[in-house]
Amino acid sequence: MNHATKRLRFAYAAIIVMIASFGVYVVAQSAVPKERTIRITTKRFDYSPAEVTLKKGVPVVLEFTSKDVMMGFNLPDFGVRADIVPGTVTRVRLVPDKTGTFIFLCDIFCGIGHEEMNGKLTVVD
Amino acid sequence: MTSEIDRRDFLKLAGIGGLGVVFGSALPGMGHAAAQDDFYFIQLSDTHWGFEGPPNPDAKVTLKKAVAAVNSLDRQPDFIVFTGDLTHTTDNPMERRKRLSEFREIVSALKVKTVRFMPGEHDASLDNGKAFKEFFGSTYYTFDHKGVHFIAIDNVSDPRAAIGEEQLAWLAADLAQQKKEAPIVVLTHRPLFDLYPQWDWATRDGAKALDLLLPYKNVVVFYGHIHQEHHHMTGHIAHHAAKGLMFALPVAGSQANRTPVPWDPAQPYKGLGFRSIDADPRAGYKLTELPVTNKG
Repeated sequence: MNHATKRLRFAYAAIIVMIASFGVYVVAQSAVPKERTIRITTKRFDYSPAEVTLKKGVPVVLEFTSKDVMMGFNLPDFGVRADIVPGTVTRVRLVPDKTGTFIFLCDIFCGIGHEEMNGKLTVVD
Repeated sequence: MTSEIDRRDFLKLAGIGGLGVVFGSALPGMGHAAAQDDFYFIQLSDTHWGFEGPPNPDAKVTLKKAVAAVNSLDRQPDFIVFTGDLTHTTDNPMERRKRLSEFREIVSALKVKTVRFMPGEHDASLDNGKAFKEFFGSTYYTFDHKGVHFIAIDNVSDPRAAIGEEQLAWLAADLAQQKKEAPIVVLTHRPLFDLYPQWDWATRDGAKALDLLLPYKNVVVFYGHIHQEHHHMTGHIAHHAAKGLMFALPVAGSQANRTPVPWDPAQPYKGLGFRSIDADPRAGYKLTELPVTNKG
């Protein structure tokens, strides 16, 4: 086998490996559920929407904007929280790993109706 | 001295009889320290002056009745502490000051004149404690009484329900002056541990304060915020929540929302009250829950 043939075989092998890897990559990509985005607006003293339903294992981005003052988003059962600052978009990424209905709440005291500012996140199979 | 012994004996008997007495953490170091003597103080909490609504149709006079109840105690306490939410929140800064002023006027009728005030989020979270300070001074401080070191921690002036690094550094510096076996009483509004964050019953950086307190052997925490009696241990630190004096709140997670317990006309003042705390160098703290009226 001359030197040129060896190089040709090596090139074929490399191409085969690349194709195989791409195939694995495509399979892996199709196994990851597509990330959903849910937009939630806040104003004293509401989240809109205040009830959100997610699927277990499906990644989601909760995208918050505040119409008035700084608010909080706290979802204690999943250990996530964020500040919602007026004029900016706050993104919270979440992959729900359990089913049920969970409370989320504003955890920055924002006024007379603060204690009623909460919502429900339901995760289904 | 005789009356003190009688009172202590009564409390012990009441505890055995289950008459609303809780024996707090024992204080093995207290008996050895100098200048210590048994005494008792009163904790009142969550008076929410200015609140109006069905959960308390008697709102205009509840605080006055509580003051009268304290004044009617046979033996008056050494001092009284208010652990926050003196007033009900308002978005109007002038109304906030009006309520704080009225609150101060009403409690000025207390016979005992050594009274310590702390803010709750209803008093302080919308203006970082500005109005509260105008009426009652600093939102966090220490004092000593008969060998017990008291630390008032503010976890409400920051609307994020945080103590904050500045105050935590102050706490660390204060604790550095104390012996590890020193009897320490912490007063605060929110629970320092995660009691039920789903209802905002937590302090965001409360764990940092507890980490600072943990090396001290004799620490007990008295707080408010949750409008019900509650007892919890984090390690060797006991935490005792007091009843409120405007409306009761449900047990954590017992219902969907944190709405007040409805007023029961057949049992007015049920669920409301205040407590006496007997600091006894030999037996620890004894907590006695007391009603606003004998109908509670």
